[in-house]
Amino acid sequence: MFIIGELINGMDQRVAAAIKEKNKDFIRSLARKQVDAGADALDVNCGPASRDAAGDMRWLVETIRKEASCVLCLDSTKPEAIEAGLEASAHKCVINSTSADISRLEVYCAMAKKYKAFLVALVMDRKGVPQDKDGKLELAAQILNFAQENGFPLDELYLDPILLPINVAQNQLFGILELIKDFKSLSTPAPKTLLGLSNVSQGSKKRKLINRTFLVMASAYGLDAAILDPLDQELTRSLITSELILNKSIYCDDFISAYNKSKNI
Amino acid sequence: MADELKLLEKWSLKVHEVKLGAGPSAGGSREIIFNIGGQSSFPFLFKEGDIPNRPLIAAEVLDCVEDDWPVGLRTDLASVSKDPVEWARKMASDSGADLVCLKLQGLHPDLGNKPVKDAMALVEAVLKNIKTPLIILGCGSADKDNEVLPAISEATKGERLLFGDVVSENYKTLAAACIADGHNIIAESPIDVNIAKQLNILLSDIGMPLDRIVINPTIGALGYGLEYAYSIMERAKSAALAGDKMLAMPFICFVGQESWRAKEAKVSLNDFPQGGNARMRGIMWEVVTAMAMVEAGADILTMRHPEAIKIVKSAITDLMKR
Repeated sequence: MFIIGELINGMDQRVAAAIKEKNKDFIRSLARKQVDAGADALDVNCGPASRDAAGDMRWLVETIRKEASCVLCLDSTKPEAIEAGLEASAHKCVINSTSADISRLEVYCAMAKKYKAFLVALVMDRKGVPQDKDGKLELAAQILNFAQENGFPLDELYLDPILLPINVAQNQLFGILELIKDFKSLSTPAPKTLLGLSNVSQGSKKRKLINRTFLVMASAYGLDAAILDPLDQELTRSLITSELILNKSIYCDDFISAYNKSKNI
Repeated sequence: MADELKLLEKWSLKVHEVKLGAGPSAGGSREIIFNIGGQSSFPFLFKEGDIPNRPLIAAEVLDCVEDDWPVGLRTDLASVSKDPVEWARKMASDSGADLVCLKLQGLHPDLGNKPVKDAMALVEAVLKNIKTPLIILGCGSADKDNEVLPAISEATKGERLLFGDVVSENYKTLAAACIADGHNIIAESPIDVNIAKQLNILLSDIGMPLDRIVINPTIGALGYGLEYAYSIMERAKSAALAGDKMLAMPFICFVGQESWRAKEAKVSLNDFPQGGNARMRGIMWEVVTAMAMVEAGADILTMRHPEAIKIVKSAITDLMKR
């Protein structure tokens, strides 16, 4: 699975403070720790408190790039912030995210093509998040149609089924798992799928247990990428083990060490 | 072309490239050196990835020959089989073999129990008489191999030879010597991809660089488990190409040893009239086994019969034409 480290996020007060004080060491160290723990990519989110989202995004990307050349997942609701990040990054990025609204798809698809970035599309539109599976599938089809008509490579598109907390929408979680599988049958080549994992346990106790249980289940349904805390060792070890059980990697007695060595950790 | 391209696989990892032999500038004395591995596709699928190196053939040379050698080998190798130095020289210069694989089976307590100094003298003489890199195999007795092979490793320091085999139960002594003396190592697993991977991790844990390991997946000859070996190699290779660095090593396949053990390669015309000429039958058993291993992804084939070596070398040359 493609692991996107979630820790550089302005929702976290320490990160928000580091952005405000332009504390490069803090951000670089947070980037390094996540890459060393096995993150394939890093999510970069300046948070809702940012007054200059584009400026903060540019500063974050430039700061991280001094430390890591991995994929950066530029996470913002503001197109100007995403574009600032794309401009500042010399390496591959993920645009996180567009919705199914045609006006937003037009802006972000063009941006992704211009900067050769991956694109995350949330299955929601200006009316909000559909409450049922069919509503989400319909929006997913709309997104894929748009991508196909506009020549965007479908296997560089990540569909996000939008994971809501277990204490808010418990009855939707199994549907999310089914969507991960169903999205794949909507087009050839199939789109990829992505989740912001920690949402599932927002506001709950035993967050880590809920996160890792859901991740293992989502892995079994074919999830391609997740935004998660790569420093949570039990979480990453559960994921490594799930991929063994799914026959995605070859078993050996020291399989955790094998995974880490294969990733140069 | 566009439709064809849609069917091509894209792989994310290359097999580690292993260097065999070192010339004078790199601390050795070899005039010919080779690279093996380095490919980013299954064998001969040139449109799917790079295949920078062709499979090599190592002529098997033994320091002592059993009395019951099959007729094909006994007659055609009669002039050299008592003199391993001349045998190695002749195979390296005349048969088309790329390099030599010297098996020191006479060290075995049951096969002569030769002293260490004899083995060391033999290796030194063979190295003087060939220009190519050398593969050196022990006798299979762990105690004797752990005594002799590290001594040979030290005496040939810097030559970047290929030593074998280590197994999960006995790898530390020879691996430590090869690490210290700059040699490559053969990691053997019993037709088992899980054990192959585990042994590579163990070797890596004690400091063996991944680009100095060659996997011996253990093969069976035609009719003796060849398909099973093929499937294990294919599985390891597909995992490697998909990103598993701990399985991304070149393969060495002991074709000669296995195919000349097959009943069909050994029995006489009288005992097996429907099998035809015994000599040619043995040669073809070795050729067919070798070709299956080439298609399975072998990077080195060790072979015995000069005629079989010529046929397989020519077939490899054809397959490498893009």
